[in-house]
Amino acid sequence: MKKLIIYLSLAATTAISSCKKDKDFINVQPLSILDNEQAFSDPAQVLSILANLYNRQMDFSTVKDWATMADFSESFPSENGRVNIVQRNGWGYGEWGFNWFDAYAYMRELNLFLQRCAAAPALTEGDKKRFLAEARFLRANYYFEMTKRVGGVPLITEPLIYDLKGDPTYLQHARAKESEMYDFIISEAEAIKDDLPANATEKSRASKGAALAMEARAALYAGSIAKYGASTPQVSLPGGEVGIPASMANDYYTKALTAAKAIIDGEAGGYALYKLKPDLAENFASVFLDKASNPESIFIEDFKLKSGKVHYFTGWNQPRYGAEEEEGGRINPSLNLVEAFEKLDNTFAPLPVKDGSGNPIFYNNLTEIFSGRDARLAGTVITPGSTFKGRAVDIWAGYQLADGTIVTGDDRGAQKTLPGGTTPVQVVGFDGPVPGKEFTAQSGFYIRKYLDPTPGAGSRGTNSEVPFQRYRYAEVLLNAAEAAFELGQAGVAADYMNQVRARAGLTIPLAAGDITFDRIVHERRVELAFEGHIFFDMKRWRLATKRWDGNKMTEADLLANIGDAEKRSTQPYSLWPYKYYNPGNPNHEKWLYKIVLLPSVTGANNFQLGNYYTFIGDDVRANNPKIVRQPNQ
Amino acid sequence: MKNLFKHITIAALAGMLFLSCKKDNYEAPSSMLSGALLYVKDTVFVEYDRVPYQLFQYGFGKVGPIGSSFKQDGTYSSLLFDGDYKFTIPGGQGPFRWKELSAGTPDSIAVTVKGNTSLNIDVTPYYMIRGAQFNVSGGKTQASFSIEKIITDADAKNIERVTLYINKTQFVSGANNIGSASINGGDISDLSSVNLEVNIEMPANQATQSYVFARIGLKIEGIEDMIFSRIQRLDF
Repeated sequence: MKKLIIYLSLAATTAISSCKKDKDFINVQPLSILDNEQAFSDPAQVLSILANLYNRQMDFSTVKDWATMADFSESFPSENGRVNIVQRNGWGYGEWGFNWFDAYAYMRELNLFLQRCAAAPALTEGDKKRFLAEARFLRANYYFEMTKRVGGVPLITEPLIYDLKGDPTYLQHARAKESEMYDFIISEAEAIKDDLPANATEKSRASKGAALAMEARAALYAGSIAKYGASTPQVSLPGGEVGIPASMANDYYTKALTAAKAIIDGEAGGYALYKLKPDLAENFASVFLDKASNPESIFIEDFKLKSGKVHYFTGWNQPRYGAEEEEGGRINPSLNLVEAFEKLDNTFAPLPVKDGSGNPIFYNNLTEIFSGRDARLAGTVITPGSTFKGRAVDIWAGYQLADGTIVTGDDRGAQKTLPGGTTPVQVVGFDGPVPGKEFTAQSGFYIRKYLDPTPGAGSRGTNSEVPFQRYRYAEVLLNAAEAAFELGQAGVAADYMNQVRARAGLTIPLAAGDITFDRIVHERRVELAFEGHIFFDMKRWRLATKRWDGNKMTEADLLANIGDAEKRSTQPYSLWPYKYYNPGNPNHEKWLYKIVLLPSVTGANNFQLGNYYTFIGDDVRANNPKIVRQPNQ
Repeated sequence: MKNLFKHITIAALAGMLFLSCKKDNYEAPSSMLSGALLYVKDTVFVEYDRVPYQLFQYGFGKVGPIGSSFKQDGTYSSLLFDGDYKFTIPGGQGPFRWKELSAGTPDSIAVTVKGNTSLNIDVTPYYMIRGAQFNVSGGKTQASFSIEKIITDADAKNIERVTLYINKTQFVSGANNIGSASINGGDISDLSSVNLEVNIEMPANQATQSYVFARIGLKIEGIEDMIFSRIQRLDF
């Protein structure tokens, strides 16, 4: 009986399950994967997809990798494994490229996002508009990043689908013209700007301000490539994939000025220069640290403690002595950069190291030599004698005796007995400089920009959440100034530049007649140091081949023509403080400085014509023969 | 029994080694293709690792070149497999004119490599430095030489500058020197007699070295790579 019941119930179960149609039985909805309609059913869900796309943008310099800021003789890389940056004679043609496969995989996902989001029935019109505009912003900004590196690339704005018939040639697209790339970026920005919030507190997501800032920068780049590209006619391709005709320059400059003006006039929200701290250097450093109330930043890559998205920039670069980890001090700004910061009377001068007859100048304290200069110097660079987190850095290279001999040590804070003394005393700073000793201030300087003073920011277990500024208001002002200058409106240019300069303590305004091309070049270099601008700026002005011409630099080269746009800067120089030891002499225990070229700086930067547009790999061109080679390679 | 297994295993492993040696590996390339940059019969001297050349081999379905660069004395060499190659110098490289098929597309030379093969590359430089004489006296290096303008047609280019370089090693160029003296192209009054002079200041760690290497470089307007004279060792 029992058996019978079991058999019967088994038979019944089988009957029930087999009653289901095969189609329904096989088509079970997966529980862990969302289909397109589900994924685009809820705004929060869409935002999380978008967050992934935001996370895959490309930056040239980034706080996520200190070495991306260390090149071009603007600094000395104080890590022995990276000294090759100052030992190579120039760069390979493939340098500064990107992975084409990843880049176009990203583009494909952006295009798919646009297609799917547009088709999603469950989203409100308002949400949809904003999401679509954000994805188009990301796409345009990424094309901008690619164009800056290699010129025109295939401009793909639809997801490409392979028909699996064995012949993929219909998917091969030729490179667009360089001007078409910039036209695309500008027209996209125009098309989306009103779909994005005009809200200055929206910083990590695209806003109207971000779209306009991107437009202004892109138009300015295009304008300057058109204008200054005329000086290097070899750097062009017959199809226009590289190079923009000079006749288009004015049109681009006009667009750049209009877009920048829209931000300045408040159309995109209340952006302004950051002016919240009374100490101007402190104020400038805070532009990069203050996240809560910062009217200056427009579009940032944000980080958050304990979220997994943090960075170690402070740990890599913090002053070594007393740091939270047994490391730091990697980016050592060079004297080339330090001396470029102007004096408060708007003139350029080297740091006074020797008097007219070649004798050293003695200073009562370490900071005196740097006084009376652009406040951005102290905001960007930690100089000897200054402080970080309330602690003085200990940067000095040794004692100089009366007869000129040097007493120094080969380790941080080394001790030796001075002549006439009985006990050993410290003869070199705990922050160096000691040549060849990594993580010390080998150039005599540490970087301050982006260094986070928050406790724990320099420790490996915590890291920092200071954001990276992709677009900020001061750059918009400088973009406007440059565009206005190129359009012959020097008065307008002076007004914009003076705003940026006044914030740095340069309160004597420049007159319209003072604005020159050299001034524009200089202002961007000091304001935007270590933010990933110098490389693209020098490329678009076609100054890179002059500035990094492959010839070694002499001290005379270093000290002459500061502020000249074409000044050679092929090797990073150092400035080392020494204590004078000559008991009885009035200068005893005073400071003197020496200009030093580190023995490890053996290379000289050589930027060749073939470096203007990065090499496109043979594999890429083999897969798509429509992609033409770059010039001069 | 145990031993037998051991022997079999060893024998099998050894056998595998032999087999894989034979089947998987190509012979290393052994044919040397070499030559020099020549203008008529004079070598064209260039900067170390600045003027690249490329070799393309037929028949492998890939478009990538085998690339290398000329040495300071204008020579080159590549170790290759026997086969048919095309030799070319990429666009915009070298202080000389290279045939172009169309603007920006350089022509190539077909070469069949079979054993050691010699292929000199005939080029037309914009200028040549002739009769360079070097002297050392009183801690200075003097150089006198003449400049011959080779290309005088519509492609002719002016001299940007001429520089005398000295170095403690035999690599002598703008990037590798301990001293240099320049004269701008516009300041040269007589191409048949140019004189330059540079002080010899040995770096501290080489203070006892009693010789330097010197050569003259000529920078052509609008051309990136410089043309050089022969390197000369100067004892003092």
